[in-house]
This record gives sequence, C-alpha cells and structure tokens, in this order.
Amino acid sequence: MATTIPAGPLAAPRSARTTRSRGSSRTNMEMVAWLFMRLSGVLLLVLIFGHLFVNLVQGEGINRIDFAFVGGKWASPFWQFWDLAMLWLAMIHGTNGMRTIINDYAERDRTRLVLKVLLAAAFLLTVTLGTLVIFTFEPCPIGAPADLLPSFCPAS
Amino acid sequence: MPEKPAGTLYRGREGMWSWVAHRVTGFLIFFFLLVHVLDTSLVRVSPEAYNVVIGSYKNPVMGLGEAGLVAAIVFHAFNGIRVMLVDFWSKGTRYQRLMLWVVVGLVVVTMAGFLPRHLANVFGG
Repeated sequence: MATTIPAGPLAAPRSARTTRSRGSSRTNMEMVAWLFMRLSGVLLLVLIFGHLFVNLVQGEGINRIDFAFVGGKWASPFWQFWDLAMLWLAMIHGTNGMRTIINDYAERDRTRLVLKVLLAAAFLLTVTLGTLVIFTFEPCPIGAPADLLPSFCPAS
Repeated sequence: MPEKPAGTLYRGREGMWSWVAHRVTGFLIFFFLLVHVLDTSLVRVSPEAYNVVIGSYKNPVMGLGEAGLVAAIVFHAFNGIRVMLVDFWSKGTRYQRLMLWVVVGLVVVTMAGFLPRHLANVFGG
C-alpha cells in the first residue's frame, strides 16, 4: 500500500522556533544564493543569447571566428563589458550549481570537501584568467602576420 | 519489493524530469564554460595559437557538439524562466506542467531557427 500524505491543514509546530543554528548569521547565505541564481539567470539569458547570435548566427557564423574577429570585438568597451559580465555571472552561477550537485550526491564529508576545494580552484583560476585576458588583450601584437590581425592594426 | 511512493507534486512526472534535465544541462554547460575560457585565453598567446584551436571548433564533429551545446543552453535558459515563474508567480505551481511543454515548444522553435543556419555554416564550408 502506498503511504499517503494526510490532507488538511498542517499541525502547528509543537515547540517555538529555536535560536539560529550555529554558523548562521543575520544574513541567510543560502537565500542569497537562491535569489542570485534567479537574477543572474535572467541576465545570463540575455548575455548568452546575444553572444550566441553574434558569434554563431550573424555573418558566416562560426566560420568567421578567428583572432581578428575577437580583436575587433574587444576593441569596443561594450563587448569587453559584455564578456566580463558574462564570465563573472556564468562562473558564479555555474559554481553555485555545482556546489548544489556536490552537496546532493557526495555523501562522505571528505569527498565533499575535496570536490569543493577543486571547484573553488577551478572558479578562481577561470575567473582570474578570463578577466586578465579581457583587460590585457593586445589586438595588434608586434611581429604577428598582418593578415591574422584586425583591420585597424597598423601595417607592420 | 519496495513500495512505490505516493504521488507527490513532482515525483516521476514532468516536474521531476525537467529538474533532472535542468541539472544535467547545467552540469554540461559548466564544463564547456571552463574549456571555453581556456581556449579564448589563447588570444593572449598568439594569433596563430588561437586560430589553430578555434579552427578545431569548425570541424563537423565539433559542429554537431556545438548544436547540442546550444540546445542544452536554450533548454536551461527557458526552463530557468519556468522555474522562476513557479517560484514567483502565484499560479506558477498550477501551470508548471503546461509551462514545461511551452518550454519544450520554444526550444524546438529556437533550434529550428538555429540549426539550419549553423549546420550550413559547419557543413557548407
């Protein structure tokens, strides 16, 4: 026989709400994370759909993506900011999602700890590298063949 | 033999399977994101290095992989909107099942627009 859930109003709790459990502070981090997933999700939908449209649909789509194409985009602060926002929001959103998956499926404390350390390392490495690349990118490197560079580079 | 649990709002139906699909697509997208930041970072190495690696994204096998990736992203995006409607819209839970089929329909329409374009780019040379 299947267990059934009783219908009707829920019984009132038999004891008062306990004081906040150890480790929790005035702000509820899990609630903030839950809200962040939703707000960043909306922004990421716009940012990523725009990214996919410009890089895969417009023009010859994927065939025109090369160094000169990236150089042309990042010459504009608009696309620098677009890609930076996408990088940070997607990495925080994705890392928090992976944290949830680890919490759900890794049952041993030690396994969870190891996976979360790896996740944090991947997060820091990827965000740092990506941010540095966006801001230190050199569209016209000296000595590079001119036909590989954006058209605005001075002929070398 | 274990008894089948009673019907709950989500278990074993559209609600559960959309949750599974959301989790699987999110997991896949995350790992692509790590790789994608690494390959883009090659613009800092040299134009030649970047062009060689990005060139590998243009072969037909990778082209099909990108089609799958875009489908995963589109589903995750539209189903994410559905999750938000379930959470924030007073009638969200009542229509969660219908909204999944709306999501599936929107994914099909979006991919019907994207696939011919992308596959022509990949296979048309």
